[in-house]
Amino acid sequence: MAAMATMVAAGCGGVWCRARQRCARWPGPGSRPFLRAQRAVVCNARGGAVSAGKSGLAPWIPVVGLEIHAQISSNSKLFSGSRVQFAAPPNSLVSFFDASLPGTLPVLNRRCVEAAVMTALALNCRINKKSLFDRKHYFYADLPAGYQITQQRVPIAVNGSLSYSLCIDNKMSQMVTKTVRIKQIQLEQDSGKSLHDDTRSQTFVDLNRAGVGLMELVMEPDMCCGEEAAAAVRELQLILQTLGSSQAVMAEGQLRVDANVSVHHPGEPYGVRTEVKNINSIRFLAKAVDYEIQRQIQELGNGGTILNETRAFDSKLGCTVPMRDKEGKQDYRFMPEPNLPPLILYDAKSLPANMNHQQVINIDWIHERLPDLPSVKREKLVEQYGILPEHSFTLLVWQQDQNCNSSQASEDGLAEFFESVVKQTQMKPKKVIGWILNDLLSYLKQHSLTVKESPVSSFLLADLLNLLEKKEISSTAAKRVLAELWKGEGKTPLETVKEHKLELLQDQKELEQICQAVIDGQENEVMAIKAGNRKVLNKLIGLVQKKTQGRSNPVLVKQLLEKKLSE
Amino acid sequence: MRVLSLGRWLRAGLVLPGGPASRHSGDRHSGHRPQAPPQGPAQKVSVEVLEHLEQLALVDFRDSEGVERLQKAIQFADQLHEVNTDGVEPMDSVLEDRCLYLREDDVTEGNCTKELLENARETVEEYFVAPPGNIPLVKLEEQKTYLQGSK
Repeated sequence: MAAMATMVAAGCGGVWCRARQRCARWPGPGSRPFLRAQRAVVCNARGGAVSAGKSGLAPWIPVVGLEIHAQISSNSKLFSGSRVQFAAPPNSLVSFFDASLPGTLPVLNRRCVEAAVMTALALNCRINKKSLFDRKHYFYADLPAGYQITQQRVPIAVNGSLSYSLCIDNKMSQMVTKTVRIKQIQLEQDSGKSLHDDTRSQTFVDLNRAGVGLMELVMEPDMCCGEEAAAAVRELQLILQTLGSSQAVMAEGQLRVDANVSVHHPGEPYGVRTEVKNINSIRFLAKAVDYEIQRQIQELGNGGTILNETRAFDSKLGCTVPMRDKEGKQDYRFMPEPNLPPLILYDAKSLPANMNHQQVINIDWIHERLPDLPSVKREKLVEQYGILPEHSFTLLVWQQDQNCNSSQASEDGLAEFFESVVKQTQMKPKKVIGWILNDLLSYLKQHSLTVKESPVSSFLLADLLNLLEKKEISSTAAKRVLAELWKGEGKTPLETVKEHKLELLQDQKELEQICQAVIDGQENEVMAIKAGNRKVLNKLIGLVQKKTQGRSNPVLVKQLLEKKLSE
Repeated sequence: MRVLSLGRWLRAGLVLPGGPASRHSGDRHSGHRPQAPPQGPAQKVSVEVLEHLEQLALVDFRDSEGVERLQKAIQFADQLHEVNTDGVEPMDSVLEDRCLYLREDDVTEGNCTKELLENARETVEEYFVAPPGNIPLVKLEEQKTYLQGSK
């Protein structure tokens, strides 16, 4: 729950506030500052953007398309046998081919092809049984060959779709499903890394990443705001992690997103688009897209024009700036890769009889072995446990929350934990989910921990919830116990309850005495209640709780008080 | 750098549409199909095309000899157009009927930092050293290339 709120709030509300500080002038007569309510109007999650407000101007429709590069999770690189690893001494994971020394040739890695096929199948794409490799030429220090091997003419897969869910109205009570079309998926090489040393006017180049396999996913411009883009990328991240084709951790550069943004009036052709790069997290993606939409609207509103340029997102300032390196249009001089024959994929029907199995990739075989996709898992959780769809969504979303720095974020972290607790407790799943999403999750977030690192195991939590369910402690006491358990001192819930004397008072007489004492001490409140103000009863209940140090069952207390007051 | 006088350059002939210039109007999505053979006698390379090439390929056509050589190379290649290729699929590679070999995902290379860095003129702590980013190309008007000199 909390995760959704953060995403929605940070995605759109934040950028308007910041943009308001940055921009001196605002579009429209009257120059009213952009209000949060108006944001909901500019990008209507129900599909397309609508009116720009009461200013009477023609509405703007923002159009957002994403180009995503996902690093394939494999042991070795796409065309060479060097290791794929995130942090390693510079230039230690580089073969002669990666350094593009003469006389070296590319040799395709089977695992990378399988990863691309799995991803394409999960995204409902049409797989091209014959795909081709091309060279894309440009000059940059981290591209030693002067070209990148990619699949521009006939990529490995085309025409897919990605479905994602989005909360509308910021209420987290209604989720809507949207779809973005995938234009194509292609295999390509990654470039090396450049570290710029501006003081000494030089660039350091590390080729460890050069040649690592990437899947480029090109999406059609079906989205209309930062929130949609963020939700789509989140879902894609989950899918890739579930398949295992990519670990898709943005912080480690395993998932890179570039956004293409333009605006136009309804009925008119699409406007000039700009490309926004240097987006390092999903949260920044939403901010960057929303900022760019707003910038374009403002620019056009002031009579300016949009240049077809590449801009970088500056996360510190929260805005996009033109990128010097990308002035002018690039001519990539695409040509077929002469060293690689076409890539042929087979299915059950076309499987050749006499070929070595290792040389054959069977699409149907891969299809049969695809794991359950996140959307399927969510439905199963809802069906099995009767929890709400948005809870199910949060259970599966959290493992790669934008604030999570861990690259070990496990697949079913939270969902697994939840299921484990449910198995070990008598409490109904619908109630358990509250403890997981509200209490456990907020602790984990506060301390930036993953589910696996939680000091409170599913066993301990289940134990605690059982105490609560058996009415041996109140829910306030339970929260107190959880706080103690969090310290990880190895005590069981029962031990903690005994130590801090948190058991519910079972002695009815003692409780009655305390209630009576409170009533006797609060004349004014008693009069108010008798006069008809029931709310004041809560104050009395609170006082009883205080006297009993949280050891009274509020429901019982209320009953007792009411009984006494009506005497 | 020898500089041709403007007059002589003009007499050498300038742009004609449909010549080599059209090959560079990159319609990348068409799959590299060659344009229809240009008509008439040998086409000259336009100044715009040459400037474009200088920017892209970061070369500098030092003098008229360089431009002439380019011209001759293009003419030589144009001979290909004499072959009738109607209805014939372009061949990308002599390997087109071969099987693309698929390698197992094992780590078999790398760990040769020292050897790789031997080739580099300058290194710093096992990094290659290169000039900064993409040096923004000096504005065309300020360039001192041959082409500019001849304008």
